[in-house]
Amino acid sequence: MFYREVGQYKTSYASDLAIFPILQDRIGIIVIVIAAYVLGWTANDFVLNAMMIPFLIFTLAAIGLNILTGYTGLLSLGTGAFMGVGAYACYKLTTYFPGVNIIIWIIASGFFSALVGIIFGLPSLRIKGFYLAVATLAAQFFLEWCFIRIPWLYNYNTSAAIEVPSRTLFGIPVTGANATAETRYLIVLTIVIAMTWTASNIVHGRIGRMWMAVRDMDIAAELMGIRLLPTKLLAFAVSSFYCGVAGAMLVFLWYGGAESTVFSINQSFSILFMVIIGGLGSLLGSYFGAALIFMLPIVLRFVPPHLGIPVHAATVEHITFMVVGALIVFFLIVEPHGLARLWQIAKQKLRVWPYPY
Amino acid sequence: MDILYKVLIDPFAQMVAAPDLLVQTLWEGLVGGMLYALIALGFVLIFKASGVFNFAQGIMVVFAALTLVGLHTAGLPAFAALALTIVVMFALAWSIERIVLRPLINQPDIILFMATFGLTYFLIGFGELIFGGDPKIMITEELYLPKGRINIPAFGGIVSLQKLDIAAAIIASAMVACLSVFFSKTRIGRALRAVADSHKAALSVGISLEQIWVIVWFAAGLVALVTGIMWGARSDVSFALDVIALKALPVLILGGFTSIPGAIVGGLIVGVGEKIAEFYWGPLIGGGTDSWFAFVIALVFLLFWPHGLFGEKIIERI
Repeated sequence: MFYREVGQYKTSYASDLAIFPILQDRIGIIVIVIAAYVLGWTANDFVLNAMMIPFLIFTLAAIGLNILTGYTGLLSLGTGAFMGVGAYACYKLTTYFPGVNIIIWIIASGFFSALVGIIFGLPSLRIKGFYLAVATLAAQFFLEWCFIRIPWLYNYNTSAAIEVPSRTLFGIPVTGANATAETRYLIVLTIVIAMTWTASNIVHGRIGRMWMAVRDMDIAAELMGIRLLPTKLLAFAVSSFYCGVAGAMLVFLWYGGAESTVFSINQSFSILFMVIIGGLGSLLGSYFGAALIFMLPIVLRFVPPHLGIPVHAATVEHITFMVVGALIVFFLIVEPHGLARLWQIAKQKLRVWPYPY
Repeated sequence: MDILYKVLIDPFAQMVAAPDLLVQTLWEGLVGGMLYALIALGFVLIFKASGVFNFAQGIMVVFAALTLVGLHTAGLPAFAALALTIVVMFALAWSIERIVLRPLINQPDIILFMATFGLTYFLIGFGELIFGGDPKIMITEELYLPKGRINIPAFGGIVSLQKLDIAAAIIASAMVACLSVFFSKTRIGRALRAVADSHKAALSVGISLEQIWVIVWFAAGLVALVTGIMWGARSDVSFALDVIALKALPVLILGGFTSIPGAIVGGLIVGVGEKIAEFYWGPLIGGGTDSWFAFVIALVFLLFWPHGLFGEKIIERI
């Protein structure tokens, strides 16, 4: 009843092209952003550390993969490795230049990831579909091997792991053991919001339309004058950039230290599932997907004991696997566009309520 | 110059100097490659008949092996457990067709591919929930598989072959022969090939797609069971195979997605290639190359022969 665009006229091209054309949507998004910031000061450490920070980081990775798979139609199974490139690049940069602000290095590490993404994206001009998936698997396994076998990457640590050093921003510790969950959450939130906003602008603009044209039919796109190789490579670069930043944040702002196993093939799959369940080709879907896939194990672990059902930790893990698998099949059958599409349907229903259409 | 010598000359000098070692490495590569080939065979069977790229083949292998061992531990005699496992694989094929494939008819290939991801995860969770995640030992003796080694003196040294590997090679070849006869001579085999060529044309001459799909997934399940026994006899039965099964993908790229001989040859090439590379060139770059070697070979193949060694040349040009 309240969610209605009656009386809201589009009087300029700019307002016609707006991403949130309805006033209620704009208010809603502002409220959500403010609430997210307020949460940083009010919520306890557990909520921030175990739920919100990883959720936001995985969302960013899912947005990255969504740009490649959802918007450009190139299936990638190398997300985990691209995240790893970001993390290791950030680690090397901050050890060589400890004086430079860590936030700058987290963002800059994305460029290294993008470069690697471009190299492994080169075969995409000749192959697609399953074939490309295998090519990205090559990236996954080769890079994972590099993370283990090149000791230079982890500064010859005996533990073969990267340990995050303490870095400060305006005198406040941001990374390392002294940083509070609050600070890290606020930084992650800011980066994720800024990068989501950028991604939204990219996919709604000329580049995004080129990607979608390539996804929908590459031959037609080529005939319309879109050059396939630069378009696909750009998708690989932007996607890997997002994954790289997500990987750097994962290690520097959440784990505080990581081995190569963090960036294994399972990480790639879990991000891919977030994208599929959330909705291919939807930024909002990346948030939904990350929330569902990441929160599901937490919910399964904490809810049954509250209901008086004793469940083993191992059983929870197995059930999570089953539920995730079943959900993927369910979504592909019932709603191939994922949670994002369900959200749209719900909004549409709200707009026409109380009438059926 | 030193590095060039180490890369280009030294490995070959080693090969000539110790031919028995070379033969041993080759044999181990062939045996490892057979496992890849068998997994790839399961992929090819399903891809030929339904155009579905079945990512879950690897986990089906684990699932079949776990069911066999689990049933035997539950008290069934070995061959009764084997028979019951075959029934379970049929039930699995039937339910996959009913629950996953039938509602997804006419969807793009990539959607079906992702659906098999979901299937993989479901089977991992389901298998671990029922049989537990800890590694198990395959019941080789109860199934009358031979044990021990044969040492053949050759090339001035000793080449040591496991009897089990020889048995595995014989069983695998027999199975491939049976499958080829089944595909080319029987009525169902011809129907399978018709479905592979065109779903619509097959439907119009009265072939039931549902029935064919159940049969082909069941056949892939049987292949998975044989693979599971062979692989479980060499190492433990555990979910670690999941990652190894991914190596069937480069095998398919080498051999082509639709060719049974291609899967076999591709598997052997990958197996031998990665063993040789790891043994002679691996130490130069720190070892452990077998985790990615197969994929890099596949990548090179993709750039020059996108349809594989034996595949049909109807690759989609882009």
